[in-house]
Amino acid sequence: MDRVFFEQLAMPLFDQLYNHACWLTGDRVEAEDLVQETYAKALKGFASFAEGTNIRAWMFRILRNTFLTSRSGLAAQRTESLEDQGGTAEESVSHALTPEVILMRSQNEETLFAALESLPVNYRQIILLCEVEEMSYREIAQVLDVPLGTVMSRLSRARAGLRAALGANVSEEVR
Amino acid sequence: MMRCGQDRETLAAYLDGELQAERGNALEQHLRTCSECAAEIAGMLSLRRSMRAAKTRFTPSAQFRQKIQSQAAAKRRGFRTFGTLSVAFAALAILVAAFLLTRQGMLRGDAYREIADLHTGDLASANPYDVVSSDRHTVKPWFQGHIPFAFNLPEFGGTEFTLLGGRLVYLHQQPAAQVVVGVRQHKISVLIAQDSAELATAFPLSTGVDLRNSFNVETWSNHGLRFFVIGDVEKPEIQHLAETIQSANP
Repeated sequence: MDRVFFEQLAMPLFDQLYNHACWLTGDRVEAEDLVQETYAKALKGFASFAEGTNIRAWMFRILRNTFLTSRSGLAAQRTESLEDQGGTAEESVSHALTPEVILMRSQNEETLFAALESLPVNYRQIILLCEVEEMSYREIAQVLDVPLGTVMSRLSRARAGLRAALGANVSEEVR
Repeated sequence: MMRCGQDRETLAAYLDGELQAERGNALEQHLRTCSECAAEIAGMLSLRRSMRAAKTRFTPSAQFRQKIQSQAAAKRRGFRTFGTLSVAFAALAILVAAFLLTRQGMLRGDAYREIADLHTGDLASANPYDVVSSDRHTVKPWFQGHIPFAFNLPEFGGTEFTLLGGRLVYLHQQPAAQVVVGVRQHKISVLIAQDSAELATAFPLSTGVDLRNSFNVETWSNHGLRFFVIGDVEKPEIQHLAETIQSANP
């Protein structure tokens, strides 16, 4: 595979990858490091990239794996290792939230972003991949390297968590 | 779970365009009559619309773009005196073969991990079943209302096995029935899905019980259905349960 080909395939993803890296790390300097390393690794491993496979999922997967071994990625994993094992507390909160409240709250950009940022990074990322990058469950499974069933259940818990976070903001303001 | 019994995961999958046509159509019918679910969908849609702003929240600086661009850009080629064509082809052929081999291995590995995950997912969950019953006449009809295919369960009375319950799961993005059977202190999962070319590729048929992802697994295909029996018990017990299931689905 040659480098012209790599450039043609990988550079159009630059803005998306950068935005995603900022969401993951919460820091522009770290995000730049992350994106730079992602491109370096992708270029190095481009020989193993088979033409016709999904370049976007491939690049996002490299970004994700690079993030997981970075300082903030490791820190996030230490605090969130139990996140996939249940979400009953979140669910019970989200049930009290009517769709109307969600609708009203989510239309306020800053409230929505704050709620998204408050989520564990695994939840934040899966919501971004689904809603913002508009990836299919299959693509998400490739990026995160998990089975499809896990994509569905994690996405469901992540959404419940987002609802709960939107609701938590409501009750804080009422107080 | 919504008050009408519809689960949120399905509503979300519908919105994400991930429900199969049949289930999607059924859900659309339901949305016409269930205002709670319709409002839920509206809420999700609105959230999705608002989320679009997250796409362009962070934009890279021109400098940084330049940096990556030059890192990725093609260097003017300086060396082109790479051996003879035959050497290049031989090297390429080896690369492709190696790639195909590892890829196949990875796919198989991943595929069985999905089965193992479904099984352990049940073990770990505090509320593992959609239908809890030791009576096959309760479990079987429940599935008939939830999955687009039918199968038979054997009578477990008089055997070492006890029926514990069942739940609807997704295997390779297809709805599947998971029936959980107890033997002594162990649980064994029986997974049943409609057979497809995709399933056949991911899980090649084998004869007898195999050790995969530290579980014993037996799988077979019969009349368009694909069966998996997975658990941490010894091979003969997996095999016995497989035979019991097979005798009920001749």
